[in-house]
Amino acid sequence: MSVLIYVELDNGSIKKTSLEAVAYGAKVAEKTGGPVVVLALGQADEIALQKAGNYGATKVLHAADEKLTHENSLAYADALSQAVTQENSKVIILSKSGLGDAMAARAAAKLKAGIVSGVTALPEIDATFKVKRGIFTGKAFATTEVKSDVKILVIKKNVIEIDENDVASAQATVEPFAPQLRENDFQASVISVEKANLELSLTEAQVIVSGGRGMKGPENWQPLLDLAKALGAATGCSKPVSDLDWRPHHEHIGQTGIKVAPNLYIACGISGAIQHLAGVNGSKCIVVINKDPEAPFFKSADYGIVGDVFEILPKLTEAAKKL
Amino acid sequence: MKILVCISNVPDTTAKITFTDNDTRLNKTGVQYIIGPYDDYALARGVELKEQSGGSLTVLHVGEADADPQIRKALAIGADDAIRVNADPLDSYFVAVQIANIAKQNSYDLILMGRESIDYNSGVVHGLVGEMLGIASYSPVMKLDIEGGFATISREIDGGKEVLRAPLPLVLGCQEPIAEWKIPNMRGIMTARTKLLQVVKAVDVENMTSPEKYFLPAPKGACKMIPADQAETLIRLLQTEAKVL
Ligand SMILES: Cc1cc2nc3c(=O)[nH]c(=O)nc-3n(C[C@H](O)[C@H](O)[C@H](O)COP(=O)(O)OP(=O)(O)OC[C@H]3O[C@@H](n4cnc5c(N)ncnc54)[C@H](O)[C@@H]3O)c2cc1C
Ligand SMILES: Nc1ncnc2c1ncn2[C@@H]1O[C@H](COP(=O)(O)O)[C@@H](O)[C@H]1O
Repeated sequence: MSVLIYVELDNGSIKKTSLEAVAYGAKVAEKTGGPVVVLALGQADEIALQKAGNYGATKVLHAADEKLTHENSLAYADALSQAVTQENSKVIILSKSGLGDAMAARAAAKLKAGIVSGVTALPEIDATFKVKRGIFTGKAFATTEVKSDVKILVIKKNVIEIDENDVASAQATVEPFAPQLRENDFQASVISVEKANLELSLTEAQVIVSGGRGMKGPENWQPLLDLAKALGAATGCSKPVSDLDWRPHHEHIGQTGIKVAPNLYIACGISGAIQHLAGVNGSKCIVVINKDPEAPFFKSADYGIVGDVFEILPKLTEAAKKL
Repeated sequence: MKILVCISNVPDTTAKITFTDNDTRLNKTGVQYIIGPYDDYALARGVELKEQSGGSLTVLHVGEADADPQIRKALAIGADDAIRVNADPLDSYFVAVQIANIAKQNSYDLILMGRESIDYNSGVVHGLVGEMLGIASYSPVMKLDIEGGFATISREIDGGKEVLRAPLPLVLGCQEPIAEWKIPNMRGIMTARTKLLQVVKAVDVENMTSPEKYFLPAPKGACKMIPADQAETLIRLLQTEAKVL
C-alpha cells in the first residue's frame, strides 16, 4: 500500500505546485503508512527528480519514453493507472491543472476510484477518509467523504506551506518505469504548440498584476507591465478586457477564465464583479486600485488605494524597483 | 453528425450561496438557476456545427425536474431534443456513468461539455466519460472545427495553446472563445415547447464519495486604505506587514 504522487515537469524539473503535492502526499502517508512514490513522465534530469526526496518521497518512477515527451493526457492517464497497480497505491495525488484534472478523471474511470478535485486541506483520516474542497468557484467549501478503496485527490495550489529552509536533504531513488503505451492514445496529431511568451504562467505566479476596463485601452497597458516587471509578476485581466481584445484570452481571470491563487493579486481598474472575484478569492493578499471608493472590490481587498491608476502605477513601480 | 451536449443546472453566477439543514444542503430559496456558463459555450458551438453540417443535436442533463426550464432554454437555443436522467446527481462519477450510459445507446460523433460545472467545479466529467466510452477527451477547448470525420481543436495548455487534429468520436470540454453565448429568439421559444424532452431512469452506481457538510469562507478583515498621495508606502507594507513580497 503506498501513496502515489504525479508530478508535472517544466524543462526537466519538478514544478513548484507538484513539489507541494509531494509534501502533501508525504503528510498523508504519515497517517496511512506505506512508501511515498512519485511518478514523472517525459524527459527529466535525474538530479532534479531526486529532489522529490527532500519533500518526503521515497522513490521516483521515471518513464522517459520519447513518446511521452509531449504532454498527452490520455497516455499519461494510462501510465498513471499502471503505476498505481504496480505500486498498490491507495491514495493518488495530483496538483490541479488542466492536465492534472484530465489524468485524474481518466485514471479514476480505469481504476474505479473516487475522485475529488479542488482539495484545499489535508485529509482527516480515522475510520473514514474526509477531505475539504472548494465549491461554487471559491464561494464555499465542503467536506466530502471518499468511500472507495482507491482515492484520487486533485489538490489546489498553496494547500500546504513549504518552508524551503526546512526541507530535508534526503534523496529519493529514481527507478526507470516502462508503462505499456496504447496505440489508441496517440491517434491525435499535434499540429502546433504555441507557448505564449510568458516568463511566468498565471497559475504558477506568486504575484499577479491585473487590469480591467478602467485601464481604458490596450495602448495604456505599459505602466501595468512596468509594475509587473518590477515585481517579477505575471499579468492578468478581467473578462471584458480580453473580450475587447485589449489583452490575450489566456490572461482572462475569473469564473469563466483562469482561477488564480497567488500570494499577491493587484487589481488595477477592475470593479470587482462577483464573477471576477470567483477567480481570485484564493489569493493570500489582494490590493485594489480604483478611482471609485464605492467599487465592490474594496470589500474583498486587504489593501486599497482610491485614485487614478495612471498616477498610482508609476509610483508603485518606482517603489518596487527599490526593493 | 450526431452531437450530444451535456448541461449542468447551476446557481446564477451572482447568487449568494448559503446552506440549510445544519449545513448539509444548499439553500435553494431565492436562487436563480442557469445553464452552466461553460456548458452554454458548448451548446452555442454545437448549434453552429449542426447548422453548418446538418445532423442532430441532443441535450442531456442528469438531475431533477427543477432543471426542465433550463433544458427548455437549450431547446429554444437550437437543440433538437433533450434527455433528462432523473436523479439527484451525487458526484461527478455518478453523473459520468449516466452520461456514458446514454452515449452507449446512441453512438454520438461528438459529445460537448463545459470545461467545468460552476457548482462543484471539478472539471472531470469529460475525462471520466471519455474513458468510460474508450474514446479521447480534451479540455479546455477554445476553438473547434469539424471536417471529414476529424476535429481540429485549439486548446489551452499550461502557459500557451496547442492545436490538435483528432478523429471523431470525441468528448470535449469547452470554454470561450469557442462561440458566443446564444440567446433564444421568439421562434425558438415557441418551437421548444413541442420538442421532445425524454425523462429516463438512472442506472445504479456504486457510491464513491458523499458530501458531509458545507461551509462558507471566513469573512475578510477590513481593507486597509492607503492615501493616493502616499501610494509608494504600499510596497513597504506588502513587504513588512503582509509579507507577500
Ligand atoms: C456568466 C458570467 C461570467 C462572467 N465571468 C467573468 C470572469 O470570468 N471574469 C471577469 O473578470 N468577469 C466576468 N464576467 C463579467 C463581470 O460581470 C464584469 O462585467 C467584469 O468583471 C467587469 O470588468 P471590469 O471590472 O474590468 O470593468 P468595469 O466593471 O467596467 O469596471 C471598471 C472599473 O475601473 C474603474 N476605473 C475607471 N477608470 C479608472 C482609473 N483611471 N483609475 C482607476 N480606476 C478606474 C471604475 O471605477 C470601475 O470600477 C462574467 C459575467 C457573467 C454574466
Ligand atoms: N448533472 C449534469 N448533467 C449533465 N452534464 C453535466 C452535469 N454535471 C456536469 N456536467 C457536464 O460536465 C462538465 C464538467 O463538469 P464538472 O466535472 O462537474 O466540472 C460540465 O461543464 C457539464 O457539461
